[in-house]
Amino acid sequence: MYNLIGAGLIVIGGGIGLGQIGGKAMEGIARQPEAAGKIQTAMIIIGALLEGLAFGALILGKA
Amino acid sequence: MKIAQKIIKFFTIAVIAVITSTTFASETGKKSHSESDGGQVNTQEEVTDYIKHHLKDSHDFTFFSYSTDQGERKHFGFPLPVILWSSEGLVAFMSSEFHHNDDGHVIVEKNGLKFTKIHSKIYELDKGATAVSFDETHHATNAHKTLDFSITKSVVGILLASLLMFLGFSALAKQYKSRKVPKGFGRVLEPLVIYVRDEIARPNIGEKKYKKFMGFLLTVFFFIWILNLLGLTPLGFNVTGQIAVTVCLALFTMVIYITNGSKDFWAHTLWMPGVPVILRPILAVIELAGFILIKPFSLLVRLFANITAGHFVVMSLIALMVTMKEAFGPVASTGMSLVLALFIMVIEILVAFLQAFIFTMLSSLFIGMAVEEHEHH
Repeated sequence: MYNLIGAGLIVIGGGIGLGQIGGKAMEGIARQPEAAGKIQTAMIIIGALLEGLAFGALILGKA
Repeated sequence: MKIAQKIIKFFTIAVIAVITSTTFASETGKKSHSESDGGQVNTQEEVTDYIKHHLKDSHDFTFFSYSTDQGERKHFGFPLPVILWSSEGLVAFMSSEFHHNDDGHVIVEKNGLKFTKIHSKIYELDKGATAVSFDETHHATNAHKTLDFSITKSVVGILLASLLMFLGFSALAKQYKSRKVPKGFGRVLEPLVIYVRDEIARPNIGEKKYKKFMGFLLTVFFFIWILNLLGLTPLGFNVTGQIAVTVCLALFTMVIYITNGSKDFWAHTLWMPGVPVILRPILAVIELAGFILIKPFSLLVRLFANITAGHFVVMSLIALMVTMKEAFGPVASTGMSLVLALFIMVIEILVAFLQAFIFTMLSSLFIGMAVEEHEHH
């Protein structure tokens, strides 16, 4: 029961983080379309780091 | 003429494949429907059991199984060799001797030792025991695990991916001896190799040193990608979703960036210049923990959890047509599960590439951190 609540909290946190990254990257691309490639790569890396954090928390919560 | 040859070749391979699999296949055994070996599933709990069984590694390769009208289970697939290091040395037999039993009721005798399979793990029975007895938490009391070197389903997947990579890339490498531009399947592979070189290795490791690590990065990229894609086929592989596989891949990366660390890297890790002396040991502990524990852990957990979650979601959505049958009727539930599963499947194809890309990207980022040399002023 408690780990389900924890999983929900993790997903909320991860969602806020991914939303921030995606939104800011969109803004950046809209302002500077020529830098789109670089912004996308950086966005994916940071998204992956965030995802690793969230998945780590989920796995630790399940164990 | 050439096309005809290719068609003949293709059909020969297909016929051989079908004949071998049907001769290996069709083993029968009387069992209850709800066993988690791929038996008939109806309720939500059975579906969950079935998915959990799929996510684990297995000792035999079953494409599908069904029940006949007489209540017999028919399995379509082929057995794989079981190789054990038991208390009396090496033991090997085919997994078909377990007759797809997974709860410890079928006992195989080899070299005077008794073996049984419980929840996809092989146990050796203690001396004198004839049947497995369980305590109330369903742990076997008179059997113990042995060292298991079996060719399991995941091992078959890894061998298949290695074979595909070997054939594809050795053909590509051979073509460069006679021509500048590859032809055939090499034309698909060359842009990918160049992509890994120019977009992943070069910017992260640096112009001077990237060449040394290209072998590892390309191998890891294609290995993960091919296995992720194999996991989406109905063959039922779940190799990159095995935590042992991802642990090994992350350990390779860790060993590579630790053994290739430059003098500056170790200086900055163990005795950070430019901060107060009191803080330096604390920083050293944090940095070491980061490089030895946290970075490999995040690498391995990301790949494992992504692929496991993907398989779980796809199988749950496919199972909707079973679990929602009574609420919505067979047509509506099948249509719903088809649309949703198709949608998730398309995303999973993207994820398969993305995870291979991320793993390679972060590996090269960590390697780049370790081999970087700072300019001294």
